[in-house]
Amino acid sequence: MPDKRREYALNAVLALGLLLVPLWAYWAGSPFTITVFTRIAIFALAAVGLNIALGLGGMVSFGHAVYFGVGGYVAGIAAQHAFNGETFLGIAGANQMLIIWPVAMIAAGLLAAVIGAFSLRTSGIFFIMITLAFAQMVYYFAISWPTYGGEDGLPIYVRNTFPGLNTMRPWNLFILCWCLLMLAIGAFALIRASRFGAALMAIRQNPDRVAAVGISPFGIKLAAFVISAMITGLAGALMADLSRFASPAAMAWTMSGELIVIIILGGTGRLFGPVAGAAVLVGFEVIFGGMTEHWRLWLGLVLLLTVLFARGGIVTLIAGRERLG
Amino acid sequence: MTALAEVEGIEVFYGASQALFGMDLTIQPGEAVALMGRNGMGKSTTIRALCRMQPVAKGSVRFDGRDITALPSFQAARLGIGLVPEGRRCFATLTVTENLIAAARPGQWTLETVRAFFPRLAERSAQQASTLSGGEQQMLAIGRALMTNPRLLILDEATEGLAPVIRAEIWAAIARLKAQGQSILIVDKTVKELKPIADRCVVLERGRAVWTGATTAITPEIEQRYLGI
Repeated sequence: MPDKRREYALNAVLALGLLLVPLWAYWAGSPFTITVFTRIAIFALAAVGLNIALGLGGMVSFGHAVYFGVGGYVAGIAAQHAFNGETFLGIAGANQMLIIWPVAMIAAGLLAAVIGAFSLRTSGIFFIMITLAFAQMVYYFAISWPTYGGEDGLPIYVRNTFPGLNTMRPWNLFILCWCLLMLAIGAFALIRASRFGAALMAIRQNPDRVAAVGISPFGIKLAAFVISAMITGLAGALMADLSRFASPAAMAWTMSGELIVIIILGGTGRLFGPVAGAAVLVGFEVIFGGMTEHWRLWLGLVLLLTVLFARGGIVTLIAGRERLG
Repeated sequence: MTALAEVEGIEVFYGASQALFGMDLTIQPGEAVALMGRNGMGKSTTIRALCRMQPVAKGSVRFDGRDITALPSFQAARLGIGLVPEGRRCFATLTVTENLIAAARPGQWTLETVRAFFPRLAERSAQQASTLSGGEQQMLAIGRALMTNPRLLILDEATEGLAPVIRAEIWAAIARLKAQGQSILIVDKTVKELKPIADRCVVLERGRAVWTGATTAITPEIEQRYLGI
């Protein structure tokens, strides 16, 4: 089918473009460009997580920033303890990314299990509001907890480490983020092709009909919600290391909104939608952000045009409605 | 012999209005039972109660000797009640294969055996369910129910609104299932097409069973009285 070939081509362009431009910047000696593309990769990773809940399961979580923020705090707290020569979770020198990543994912997953257990009993506008309410609760908890910086956030003086790589070098951090993004996209594709994924997409259409074939909609939705939060939490840990700062602002509701915007711009439920959406968002931030403080105005305009004239986002606009898989 | 499914004296309400007034229904293993009656007599409500999609105010629903009156519907489905809902309700935006694997539970029916049973579904594997013809959607709805490896297959108006050739094809498929020993509960209106398949017939009127007997024993008078227009 020509549509499918076009989507393969678009995916290849997005995956390789995201890799080759920073590679060029590495040779040309432009660390700023590498950092911009690392931001794209991390935002895309966070959105791949949300895309499982929102794109496949139709769960419009307006509180996914909280998992992004929690991941960031795990990275920040680990870095602070290591910097002060203290232990974290009983481990001395826990500033290893290979420790931080699973811890960030588990922390985000546990939080999502609790939040999901309550909020998934509702749907529609109530679900949106209750996820927002939980996220705001955690946000206000973070800014009022002085041990870990409170409103000022947590600076990371030395980035967390990865065996064999100096993560203070932009290219090294980028390639870690790019690899994790590709792994997450692979996981997304596997989930979508599995029985679990089919059931999840079916629930979005009609939970009662799914129950009639012997599947508990609640269990499937909760599992998807937790997996979704874990991936977003991992992205949060990477973002804290990139900006060398664990910020409570990463948990603010505007961040939740930005993740949803990325998915709508890129294409809801599309495999590489988050990459396309994140590229547009970060692109606007860099290009128009340099000209005006009000760059979001232009982003809003593009969002409006997408919703009015290109419902399926960039991926659907280029590759057509028929999805891979 | 314990009955496979047993509905005993159930009363069901939709808000203030009562739909079932002490409905009884028994299905033995390997039996094909037809549920008949005019529109609005409670056929679909009986099925909804059996599938646990409708709360029962009074009476009991048992499946394989176990009381399932208070069970949520997904657990009833797991015990082996496979519903083919009225109006061929597939998951429209999923592909044929996705529709099937979403429902899969271990047993003799797998993706391969369902595709062999309905070769049309094999041809349409990657197509979205919404783009299938009515007959193909019906095959998919039956295939999806079979994927759950049901001990009781319930078909609610399986041939309604289909072209005669397609109807014949669906009836032939149901007959093949029956021959394999599948227990079936069928809701339909045409006695002529039911006769070769259903062993027994239960006729409903105003929310209760008013006539039960062998399908072959349905006389023109009974047809006229309970089923005629």
